[in-house]
Amino acid sequence: MVFDSALLTEQTVFRKSIVVRVACDGCPELAMNSRECLRSMEKLSLSNGIRRIILEQSKRANVGHIGSALSVADIIAALYGHVLRISDPDNPDRDRFVLSKGHAALALYAALFLKGWMTSECLNTYCADGSLLGVHPEHALRGVDFSTGSLGHGLSLGAGAALAARLQRSSRRVFVLVSDAECNEGSLWEAVMFAAHHHLSNLIAIVDLNGQQAFGYTEQVLNLSPLVDRWRAFGWDAHQVDGHDTSAITEAVADLDVSSGPPHVLIAHTVFGNGVSYMKSKIKWHYWPMSDEEYRQALDEIGAMA
Amino acid sequence: MRGAFVRTLIELAEQDPRILLLTGDLGYAALEPFLEKFPDRFFNVGVAEQNMVGVATGLAEAGFIPFVYSIVNFASLRPYEFIRNGPILHRLPVRIVGMGGGFEYGTAGMTHHGLEDVGVMRIQPGITLIAPADYEQTKTAFSVTWNLPGPVYYRLGKDDKTTIPGLGGRFELGRAQFIREGADLLIITMGSVTSEAAASAEALAVRGITSTVMVIASLTPPPVDDLTEALARFRLALTVEAHYVVGGIGSLVSEIIAERGLGCRVVRCGVRTVPDGVSGSQGYLYGMHHLSSTMLVTTALQALYSEGR
Repeated sequence: MVFDSALLTEQTVFRKSIVVRVACDGCPELAMNSRECLRSMEKLSLSNGIRRIILEQSKRANVGHIGSALSVADIIAALYGHVLRISDPDNPDRDRFVLSKGHAALALYAALFLKGWMTSECLNTYCADGSLLGVHPEHALRGVDFSTGSLGHGLSLGAGAALAARLQRSSRRVFVLVSDAECNEGSLWEAVMFAAHHHLSNLIAIVDLNGQQAFGYTEQVLNLSPLVDRWRAFGWDAHQVDGHDTSAITEAVADLDVSSGPPHVLIAHTVFGNGVSYMKSKIKWHYWPMSDEEYRQALDEIGAMA
Repeated sequence: MRGAFVRTLIELAEQDPRILLLTGDLGYAALEPFLEKFPDRFFNVGVAEQNMVGVATGLAEAGFIPFVYSIVNFASLRPYEFIRNGPILHRLPVRIVGMGGGFEYGTAGMTHHGLEDVGVMRIQPGITLIAPADYEQTKTAFSVTWNLPGPVYYRLGKDDKTTIPGLGGRFELGRAQFIREGADLLIITMGSVTSEAAASAEALAVRGITSTVMVIASLTPPPVDDLTEALARFRLALTVEAHYVVGGIGSLVSEIIAERGLGCRVVRCGVRTVPDGVSGSQGYLYGMHHLSSTMLVTTALQALYSEGR
């Protein structure tokens, strides 16, 4: 992947990554397989940093949506670690990111914190009275491009942002992270058709395909299969990717032609509640908060026991 | 008003490259002059109004001023939540143009009657709401409001020929326009049905009953001072709107009377029942819902009589 210098500079914001990179360079076993090294480094750094913050803040605020946030932790890590060209959240020519599945906002807050765009004081107000950090993201928060939370809205916002970039002859790209259940919404398919018709090649949708929704499993509630074929039939360039492999996500984006042709979708295969064994694929963890014992176990399982 | 909108928009677009026009596949034989002049700034998004408003929100975030166009219900009700969570929530300059308020698409039936758009837009605090009464007022209203920082909803009529006597193209945000002065009755109206309200005042004058007629084109922000001043002078006010009686100017006037503790009785002339099961022209439906000038005269006389006049 070709990064511009601004992006390389920006990546150094991930201080934890740098520390781990140094450690990896000094480790002969890991140095033998640099790609493995990169993966383990990321797991130790951004992905796990996001996971840890999701657990800590959910526990502190005693709120749910933990499983949904864990489902996208690695996708968010790939985007904010490697993909998004955002030298500064106030730069009008930054890449745009729409967290269309707004209920996973905590994963986004974690990334904004780890990027250095949010203070720990701010992060620690998650779900507190008077905070800007609610369960769903608000655009008033620096680093949040669009307020979301109503499913089926974000892809239209992204399509407009992508069209705007083209009209302004900007090379910026627009990423929209949608949930699989969000593909139930008819309005999403309006945006899918629009983007394909206008060849919005600078628009990249990522579907968090964890197979479950608030009140059941997607194949029991409203079957989406064959999801990849559906997007392709609507004229999108569709790819499947392991949604917990940050390198794979990063490489998949790097391979996309964002200057011409159709819009792109990455169908990211994910596990709801990934990283915490008792949450995996359990409907309960869409809404449920953790007990003290569950919290300790979760931290232990992601390797973040204090 | 549709012609006024298209002509004014072309003039504005010539000056400001931020202006774009999106339509939900409507505006045939009306929007073409814009398309011919600015083919790269015109988007027929298809019959997909939610996406149209969502796309406009994304465009506005990047600095554009997108106008989205459809028939009233498809511009306001269908994408309502996209308007709320889009330009209103993000405070972005999207302009929503709803064509044909009230019974303008008369024979098209209930699905095409715009009867609650003012109500649903009026309850949203973050959107300017404009309903001009004729061609000239539409032109002025656009030239005053196109560059506002937040979203705007325009309720327009198709008619470009009717001119409201005494209005003279006047428009001011947060103000009402008086087109007639009289002592017996206050008539308050908005939009295309203003011509019926004005004709009823004329007919009442023949009977020796003089009316003050107020036109409200700036629904949000409402003309609170003008209304307060006028309502304090009268014991009886007739509100006239091609809209359900809940949510529009009848409600607005009642709110002001209650909040200011004024002693004016309101008779709300508007639509009170679901207008299904019958087809007809705008004029026919005005008569059926007591909004024709003749029916308004009858309502006014009855109200004055019950007041002991």
